[in-house]
Amino acid sequence: MIYFDNVSKIYGGNSIAIEGVSFTVEPQEFVSVVGQSGSGKSTLIKLLLAEERPSAGSIYFQSLDVHNLSRSEIPFVRRKIGTVFQDFRLLPQKTAYENVAFALEASGREDDEIAADVPHVLDLVGLSDKMDFFPHELSGGQQQRVAIARALVNRPEVVIADEPTGNLDPLNTWEIIRLLGKINELGTTVILATHDKDIIDTIGKRVITLEDGKIVRDEKRGRYIL
Amino acid sequence: MVGTSFKRVIRNAFINFWRNGWVSVATILVMVLAILMAGSLIMFQVLLNATLAEVEQKVDVSTYFKQDAPEDEIFRIRGLLQALPEVREITYISQDEALAIFKERHKDNALISSALDELGENPLGAVLRIRASEQQNYESIVRFLENGGFDSLDKVDYRQNEALFRRLEAVLSLSRRVGFGVTAVLGFVAFLVAFNTIRLAIYTSREEISIMRLVGASTWYVRGPFLVEGAVHGFFASIISMLIFWPVTLWMGPRAREFFGGLDLFSFYTQNLFLFFFALFLVGITIGVFSSFVATRRYLKI
Repeated sequence: MIYFDNVSKIYGGNSIAIEGVSFTVEPQEFVSVVGQSGSGKSTLIKLLLAEERPSAGSIYFQSLDVHNLSRSEIPFVRRKIGTVFQDFRLLPQKTAYENVAFALEASGREDDEIAADVPHVLDLVGLSDKMDFFPHELSGGQQQRVAIARALVNRPEVVIADEPTGNLDPLNTWEIIRLLGKINELGTTVILATHDKDIIDTIGKRVITLEDGKIVRDEKRGRYIL
Repeated sequence: MVGTSFKRVIRNAFINFWRNGWVSVATILVMVLAILMAGSLIMFQVLLNATLAEVEQKVDVSTYFKQDAPEDEIFRIRGLLQALPEVREITYISQDEALAIFKERHKDNALISSALDELGENPLGAVLRIRASEQQNYESIVRFLENGGFDSLDKVDYRQNEALFRRLEAVLSLSRRVGFGVTAVLGFVAFLVAFNTIRLAIYTSREEISIMRLVGASTWYVRGPFLVEGAVHGFFASIISMLIFWPVTLWMGPRAREFFGGLDLFSFYTQNLFLFFFALFLVGITIGVFSSFVATRRYLKI
């Protein structure tokens, strides 16, 4: 489903973010990408979302070479990938409902479809009573759940979470991880980037370990070892 | 689907406009400055053109005939002049009319009145007042009269005024150019300020733009609301500018007419209300949409 083929990314001539990375993600897999800050986790995700271009190698999403797409084709790939970020990245001027609805509006869905799907997804993440709240009126955990609802609402094939619990307390952290687990059980591929040892050791699924931009370990039932 | 997207772009633009209330107000006020400059430029040009036309109106060649010049001869010369393509209009003032005008002009001066009475006869000759079709044609009309060998002519009165007219014209056209230059520079500065205000406003939205892109919005779906918002800013700014021009032209109108002669700015404003508004509206929309387009471009590269 996702295939990194010998990908390197070098910033500004000699700052190597990732080097010669190759791996495959199968449908419905739950993959954790771990590593210290600066090991290249975020770069990996930015490359997959076509937010950055690789210096060498190719990245395939469902047999499409992501970086061979034109600017107008990229949105269609992004609509199939739900993304959750450490800093939530909600639209501050829009309510929880509007933030989730935006993803559907942008992909051109009909109004009645949106009116049906958005409350459903917000209910799924436990925020049906907070639909009309603006992000600044919500706690960090609630904001992250809005972000997850937004990532899910387009029924993506894969959800990518980049340090989704980095800004959250332990209770909210487990809420979010539980939610990601549930999403995976329902058949969506999940890629989770984190440096939280407890989370990785508890999940007990595939772990790709990055060190200085290279893959040093890729285990089916991995643990956090650095 | 295109219709739905279009509707959503418009709706998002108005929601953003409303929720970013203070930014919208600040942007509009700065744009008002730029539009006022553009409006002043138009007003200034209209005023100076009207004044120039007015001055040209006042230029003529007065041909004075000798007292004993027979009317037949005068009419013959008038006929010759009328045949010239350079001549637009000829007014004939007979000896009697000339006297009547003279008396009217000096009716308060007892000395002149009594001197005329003393004289007993009309000391004035008939006059032909000639207007040329073009400013530069006066020269050749004067030459025609002076070199035509018309014995009945007393004098041709153009040279006396010529220098004055030339200077007035030079001053006016210079002030037109200087005024245009100054207003254009100020207008450009005001445009830059408005342009950068919009860029700053959009700079604060750069994060939002990247988020929208990352959740799969197309370039135009993200950019559209900003462009519409820019147009809405331009619309309100041009309305405010129109409202400002109303009292300003009302106040300035009579004063400007006294100084420049001819045109009343306020009546120009009221008579060309829609055209003037349309011009300002066009300026406002152009600034708004252009600035938003340029400003969003760099954040959309994601």
